[in-house]
Amino acid sequence: MTETTDEQNTTIPLQKTGETPEGGSADAEPLLKVRGLVRHFPITKGLLKRQVGAVQAVDGIDFDVRPGETLGVVGESGCGKSTMGRLITRLDEPTGGSIEFQGQDITHLSPGRLRPMRRDVQMIFQDPYGSLNPRHTIGAIVSTPFRLQGVEPEGGVKKEVQRLLELVGLSPEHYNRYPHEFSGGQRQRIGIARALALKPKLVVADEPVSALDVSIQAQVVNLMDDLQEELGLTYVIIAHDLSVIRHVSDRIAVMYLGKIVELADRKALYDSPMHPYTKALLSAVPVPDPKRRTQRDRILLTGDVPSPINPPSGCRFRTRCWKATEECATTEPPLVALRTGHQVACHHPENAPAEQKDSTN
Amino acid sequence: MTDSSEDKNGAAEAADTAGAAAEAGPVAETGAAPAPAGPGKPAAFLEVRDLKVHFPTDDGLVKSVDGLTFSLEKGKTLGIVGESGSGKSVTSLAVMGLHRASRRQRSKVTMSGEIWLDGKELVGADPDEVRRLRGRQMAMIFQDPLSALHPFYTVGSQIVEAYRVHHDVDKKTARKRAIEMLDRVGIPQPDKRVDDHPHQFSGGMRQRAMIAMALVNNPELLIADEPTTALDVTVQAQILDLIRDLQKEFGSAVIIITHDLGVVAELADDLLVMYGGRCVERGPAERVFAAPQHPYTWGLLGSMPRIDRDQTDRLIPVKGSPPSLINVPSGCAFNPRCPYADVPKDNLTRTVRPELRQVDGGHFSACHMAQEERERIWTEEIAPKL
Repeated sequence: MTETTDEQNTTIPLQKTGETPEGGSADAEPLLKVRGLVRHFPITKGLLKRQVGAVQAVDGIDFDVRPGETLGVVGESGCGKSTMGRLITRLDEPTGGSIEFQGQDITHLSPGRLRPMRRDVQMIFQDPYGSLNPRHTIGAIVSTPFRLQGVEPEGGVKKEVQRLLELVGLSPEHYNRYPHEFSGGQRQRIGIARALALKPKLVVADEPVSALDVSIQAQVVNLMDDLQEELGLTYVIIAHDLSVIRHVSDRIAVMYLGKIVELADRKALYDSPMHPYTKALLSAVPVPDPKRRTQRDRILLTGDVPSPINPPSGCRFRTRCWKATEECATTEPPLVALRTGHQVACHHPENAPAEQKDSTN
Repeated sequence: MTDSSEDKNGAAEAADTAGAAAEAGPVAETGAAPAPAGPGKPAAFLEVRDLKVHFPTDDGLVKSVDGLTFSLEKGKTLGIVGESGSGKSVTSLAVMGLHRASRRQRSKVTMSGEIWLDGKELVGADPDEVRRLRGRQMAMIFQDPLSALHPFYTVGSQIVEAYRVHHDVDKKTARKRAIEMLDRVGIPQPDKRVDDHPHQFSGGMRQRAMIAMALVNNPELLIADEPTTALDVTVQAQILDLIRDLQKEFGSAVIIITHDLGVVAELADDLLVMYGGRCVERGPAERVFAAPQHPYTWGLLGSMPRIDRDQTDRLIPVKGSPPSLINVPSGCAFNPRCPYADVPKDNLTRTVRPELRQVDGGHFSACHMAQEERERIWTEEIAPKL
């Protein structure tokens, strides 16, 4: 596990999609189209399993993922970002809404009919210890996708697996080893190799680096960058770490209690966040510079995230928001584009342009 | 973090020679300024000298901490930074006397060096003596509040217990004190929540409850081991603020252990960077951040994506992975991962272990490279890329 020196300090693929600043211009068909996605987990009670409520994990979200871009999804624990990841990979079935992948509606497809699509959509998991079967060799783990899909790669499975291992910075001789012989960072590389085996188009990574040490984290982030450039991958990266998200994403969706509250290009989001929650979130991240400690105006949110079983009426953030008014309690703010490519769901947005409130949705 | 200015004065202030510990000297009165007695006694409130903690395992001797020296004054915060397996947590456990995980291990773990807390030596001290100090003069906040709190007992009763172990008061008084502490750490409706069980608290509230428990006896030394790692950023900001406020209020010495340089920059006065069980760099936080003097510190800074900058360049990770503490590389432990390992002549980095050398007032670094060389690399090669 070496490589990833700074041999190329050029720009990473980020800029690739920077030239399509959204605005509905249908120059490229979105790879993934999500509309009104809902997932409620029922809470049942009693002998008859009567439903008494629901955890509204994801409650109506819309977004597109364009080919070649990286969409970052951030939010605190319990905001539904992981559930969202499991829904768009169809590891879980939505309660409502629709998911279109390459123009095909996959919202309620049966497992059998999903199988062809699984080739194109893969997932990288958070826990490199839990996501690899300890009884299987690395060769067996990375070749599983070929077996399941009945694919015979050129030159044979073993050769292909060894090529993949090399691709992610491991040695081909690791083929016969077991997961416990590897460190956390190496295991994460194995998980990535497995995800890339079938040459997917879309890779959903749920907290891909949060279990790793800082120095290893940087190696894996760089590896994912390189692979995207090399293989033209599209990423949806789910993470709670705003610094990591800033580094890897082209566009970023901020989630709060099952809703997207802000969706914008990286630069716009970090330079002029419009939703109060985004602003508070950004201000809360500690900056590794002791001199700045005193001069930042940090917004301290009070309290915790409310329960997704009984989310607040109207705007879900209003209970912790310093700008909340009557209106926020009664009307739920829709996610609208207040600037080109900058969608916000708020009645009192920050940094807002005075006029133009054209609703797109 | 002053360097160990030993033998300040010899005036022995023998308050109480309890415990009859092997080398443990007289017990100074708590709260009072440290009163060193005899040579070897430090002036600082907490002083750790050449601390070594070794765990024998089937695979070999794990040298978790291998010669660590630092000191800390009251009212100051020391940040210890390092990756997993660098020995930072074992250091804190050793100071607390909690490094023996089980009875079976007790005979095997070897700890040497000196830990002076307020004039008392803890390494050779009687475990009973250390137990009396633990929770009262020194307390700890753990990373995961869910496993550190007992799920069966109410939060209140756990705080009450912590208080009554060290104070001879009745339950009612202790309960009042528990409510007071919960209120102080910002738990809403503390008189009601005191009877809740840990599972009824959210993650941030559990961490607050643990802080309340740690502070119930007004400890003079508070060790926080990754206190915010399990929390969301908005809650992390609340907890860091709380720790800062409480320190101001109680004037305690705080050690904060973390892998997040951001958290350290937020809280710490001094910074100690650990690698492979040893300190590779320490000094005033501002100075270390402004001009770090060790390639590993550069590596940590280069590995971190920054929230405050729009950086589209690649990160500059440290190559390879952290060393096994059983087979720490010879010479400088960082040499297999160091891009500058060949800069010093005569293969020095691989044969001779670098000692901490002073860079300037209070700032030390353990690197074989000449200071001018390091400063050149930092200003010309590293800093522009961060």
